[in-house]
Formats: sequence, structure tokens, C-alpha cells
Amino acid sequence: MTLVGLSFAYLKDRGLNTALNILLLALGVATLVILLLFARQLEGRFTRDAQGIDLVVGAKGSPLQLILSSIYHVDVPTGNIPLSAVQALRQERTVAKVIPLALGDNFRGYRIVGTEPAYPAHYGAVLSDGRMWDKPFEAVIGADVAAGLGAGLGQRFLGSHGLGSGQSPEHDATPFIVVGRLKPTGTVVDRLVMASVESVWDMHGIAHDENEHEDEPDEAHGVMQPEVTALLVTYSSPLGAIQLPGFINRQTNMQAAAPAVEITRLLSLVGLGIEAVQALALLLLLTAGLSIFVALYTALRQREGDMAMLRVIGASRASIFGQILVEGMLLATAGALLGVALGHGVIAAAAANFRQLAEMGLDAGRFDIAELWIVLGALAIGAFAALLPALRVFRADIAETLAHSR
Amino acid sequence: MKLAAGVSAATTPLVSFSTLSHAMDGRTVLAIPGWEQAAGEHALVLGPSGSGKTTLINIICGLVTPTSGSARIDGMDMTALAPAARDALRRRTIGLVFQTLRLIPALTVRENLALAQHIGRGLHDPAEISALIARVGLAHRADAKPRALSQGEGQRAAIARALITRPRLVVADEPTSALDDSNAAAMIDLLFETATATGATLLVATHDVRIRPRFAKVLTLAPPALQAAA
Repeated sequence: MTLVGLSFAYLKDRGLNTALNILLLALGVATLVILLLFARQLEGRFTRDAQGIDLVVGAKGSPLQLILSSIYHVDVPTGNIPLSAVQALRQERTVAKVIPLALGDNFRGYRIVGTEPAYPAHYGAVLSDGRMWDKPFEAVIGADVAAGLGAGLGQRFLGSHGLGSGQSPEHDATPFIVVGRLKPTGTVVDRLVMASVESVWDMHGIAHDENEHEDEPDEAHGVMQPEVTALLVTYSSPLGAIQLPGFINRQTNMQAAAPAVEITRLLSLVGLGIEAVQALALLLLLTAGLSIFVALYTALRQREGDMAMLRVIGASRASIFGQILVEGMLLATAGALLGVALGHGVIAAAAANFRQLAEMGLDAGRFDIAELWIVLGALAIGAFAALLPALRVFRADIAETLAHSR
Repeated sequence: MKLAAGVSAATTPLVSFSTLSHAMDGRTVLAIPGWEQAAGEHALVLGPSGSGKTTLINIICGLVTPTSGSARIDGMDMTALAPAARDALRRRTIGLVFQTLRLIPALTVRENLALAQHIGRGLHDPAEISALIARVGLAHRADAKPRALSQGEGQRAAIARALITRPRLVVADEPTSALDDSNAAAMIDLLFETATATGATLLVATHDVRIRPRFAKVLTLAPPALQAAA
């Protein structure tokens, strides 16, 4: 029986109190861990999906909506723009790369993107089997789509109108056929069905007036012109950033939005909420610390006689001080570890139950280095909560304590 | 004189003090002439409440520094040592049996002994613990917590804990005052028996005159007023 063993024995002796304090601390730690993982993974996802895209050009409307719909595929597009814009932009000297996107349809909630092979290539996606599309209605699917639908090569499917997994009618004309599947990239491409831009036009019978998409304003009166939804632009020189957005926004019917600017704006909006909850979580941690302090303080008052006795039979002040500190640290360690486990558990449960969260790339299996700081913070709170009661050992007069305690 | 038979040939007395006095808040609580106790010579400190028994024990254990005079334990001047050295001398030499027992309620009897053994001697010897528990007749209660023990069982556990560090001197503060006649006699029997078996010398402080006849060596403390007059 060592003094550490004694710490365990004391904690076990007041088991309910110990369990409640551990739980209280764990809740604070878990809240911080959830916020941290959520914010970090969201930010990481946002950054990765927008990498290398300097500008998005699309129909006029909300720039944030344009970015969300054409980079992250989470909002509805602002509208369509003429196909001629692709050529016009490609002729700009400051532009290195233009990738067209034609949106508006889905297959069981996975968005169908009419684009060029340069799009998956931009995210470093490589085929796990099959080949790239080269004819209309040939589709290549991302890793999550393949896993989610269990779709193999040669699988045929009909696209549906709209972008959600709603009950919109299926296009009854031509089915897509899966010709290739991509390896996981950890980017938005994993959740997309990709085909040629022409496929999307054909699907909508571009020669007919079929502008029934609620989310695509009727721009082409009469005969439908070949259109795309957005263009992902990469500059060849920094000069592009100075000239292009201003020109597009003032001189054309289109708008240009910089992902970096919009993401920063979005994250600062989300960040405000996160910071508010973070403050609450910190408060929770401090409350837990205070609770540990009260528990140790009252326990030690009852144990003053024990401590004096231990001193009399030869335990040094330092070792008894250490014993109390260990008791606080044991509480804090248990609370911190339980909190981290709880935090990851909640993230896992959330990702499993809310598809949007899973689509944002929320991954409970990923640990962040900052979690270590949260754990260390919790340990520091435990140590500090134990410190004040423990310091009494140095002030206590043994003979006095023995005389006045039982 | 039957108990003085164990008086050793050691030249240094186990406990000795010169004329001792101690005052608290300007009030004299202890004033006694010099005294000596040889190893193996079980002794009784007898006096009414307030006569300074506890103060004397605290001085002997190095918990209180007397206002004047000094106490030597096993040849070392306890009163002149630095606090850490006092702790070490007490740990090496003295085992204490408290009136209120002071067993740690969160630990079993066996664990209480193991903790004292660890603190006192820095080792863990389960066989010695079991043997000592058996010697005080608590083998069947070894894994019980103190609050589950009867008064008598608790006292046996407290004696075993005092002896587990193999002290040369066992100091017992009022071990019998709360007990009826037969239990008081049994308690003293047990103290003598275990102390003799482990080679420890007893120093019992009490106001309980019933056990007076059991000791050959007695230090009688007068009430403080009389001490001051003397």
C-alpha cells in the first residue's frame, strides 16, 4: 500500500462523489473536443476543397451561395451562364485553368456534375478501376458514391432533377452508365457523380424549352442555349486577382467570387458561434475544477486526523502533499480521458445520423494535436484544485491537529 | 518486578529527559523532574486530565518542543533535531497507539498495516503483516474496514499497526480509559504480549488507575498547579 494506492482507496471510498466529479469534468472536456474537431475538420475540408481555385465565375447572386454550390456542392447554384464564357476566359492571359461545371441533377442525393476530366484531376483523384468518360452519359463516380450506392462498373442509373435526394421525377430518357470509379481523395469529389457537360445538356434536351428547374432562373428565352453553371478559375499570375474579378463583376452579366474571401467570411460567422459555445465549455471546465476543489477540500477536512497520523508515523510533508495532488490528478486524468472518448463518440454518432455532417467530412477517428492541450488544461485544473487543500499540509501543526480531530 | 526482567544491559536509556517544562499561552502545562526508561522496561505515565500527559508524549515523539529541558530517545536529543530529522527518528524508533485509534477508514486492516509498513520501513512484506494480524487475533477480520470493526477489534488493529514498523518504543495514549474492567485488562495483556514478542518497550500514558498495578515503573504526573508549586 503506497500513497498512490491510498489516493485510489480514498477515491473509491467516496465513489459516487468521485464518479460525479469525473463526469462533470468529462462533459466540459467533451464539449471542447467536439467544438475543436468540428471547427478544425470543417476548416480543413473548406481549405482542401478550395485549394488551387482562385476564382469562381457564375450567374449573379450571392457570392457565398456561388462558392457553396460550385466548390462544396452544398447549396443551390445562383443560375447559369453562357458557354461562351469558358472560351472568353481561357483567352485571358492571366488565367491558367478554367474548369466548367454544369449542375442541377442528382442520383439518390449524390450530385451529378457535368464537367471535364480536369475537374477530378484538379483534386488529384485517380481511378481505382475503369476509365474516364469520353462520351455523353458515361459517368465516373467518387469513392463515397461508390461505397454509398454499392455501384460497380457498368451500373446504369437515371438522374433526377434537383440537387437533393428528394422525390423529383427522374429523367426518363437516357440512363447514365458507370465507366470508372475514383480512389478516395478526402475532398468533395468523393461525393460526386461526374460526366461530360454534354450529358447534362442532353439530359435536359437542350433544343427544347425545358426550363423547369426551380433553382435555375429562366434566362434563355425560346431556344435553350448551351450553358454551364459555374467556372472554376485558376490564375497564371497574381495580376489576374487584380484585373479579372472587377472586370467580370462590372462589365458582364456574371459574377466572380474569390473562395478565400467567402470562406473567411463564412468561417468568421460560424466562428462566432463556436467561440460562444467554447466560452461555455471553458466555464463548464472551471465549474468541474471548482467541484473537484470542493470535493477535495471537504474530504481533506475530514481527513485531517488521518494526515496528522500519517505524519506521526513518519510520512513526510512532501509525500502527503503529493498524495493529495495525485488524488486530484487521478480525478482530472479520468475526467479528461473520458471526455476525449465522449467527444469522439458524439462526433461518430452525429456523423452516423446526420448525412450533412458526414458529407462535410466529419471524421470521429481523426485526432487533433490541440486535443492534447485540452487534456493538459484539464490536468492543470485538477492539479490546481488539489493544490490549495494540499498546501494546508504545510501549515498544519500535527500536535494541534491530533488534539482537535478524531 | 516481573516485567522489569527484560531490562537490557544497554547503557543508553531508551527514553530519558532532564527537568522538563512546557508553557502554552503563558500557562505552564507541564513541569517535571528528570526521568529515565531503559529498553525492555515497560512504563506507565499516570496522571489526571490536564496533568500534561499528552504534552509529554508529544515532546517524546518530537511533535512539540518543550519550553525548557530536553528529551532523548535512544540516545538522540529529539528536542534539538531539525524537523525532518525528528520525523526520521520517530519513524525509526517509535510506534504510536492513539486513543481514538486513527485507522484510515478507506483502507482495510491489512491495507492500514501495509501503508504503515511502507511509510515506516519503505518495504512491503505481506507475510509479516499477516503474521502480526494473526498475533493480535484479527486474522478473520484482516480484510474488513475499520468502521466494520468492534471497539476491541479496532484496538487490536491499532496495536498491530504500531508494531508493524518494528519500533523499539511503543507509545500508547489512554488505551484503556474507554473500556470496562475485563476489556481493559485484556488490552494491557495484549500490549504486553505483543510488545514482548516483538522486542518493543511500552510507554503507556493514562489517567486509568486500574492498570497501575500492572507496571513496575510509573511516572506520576501531578495536576499542573501542584507541578508549578513543586
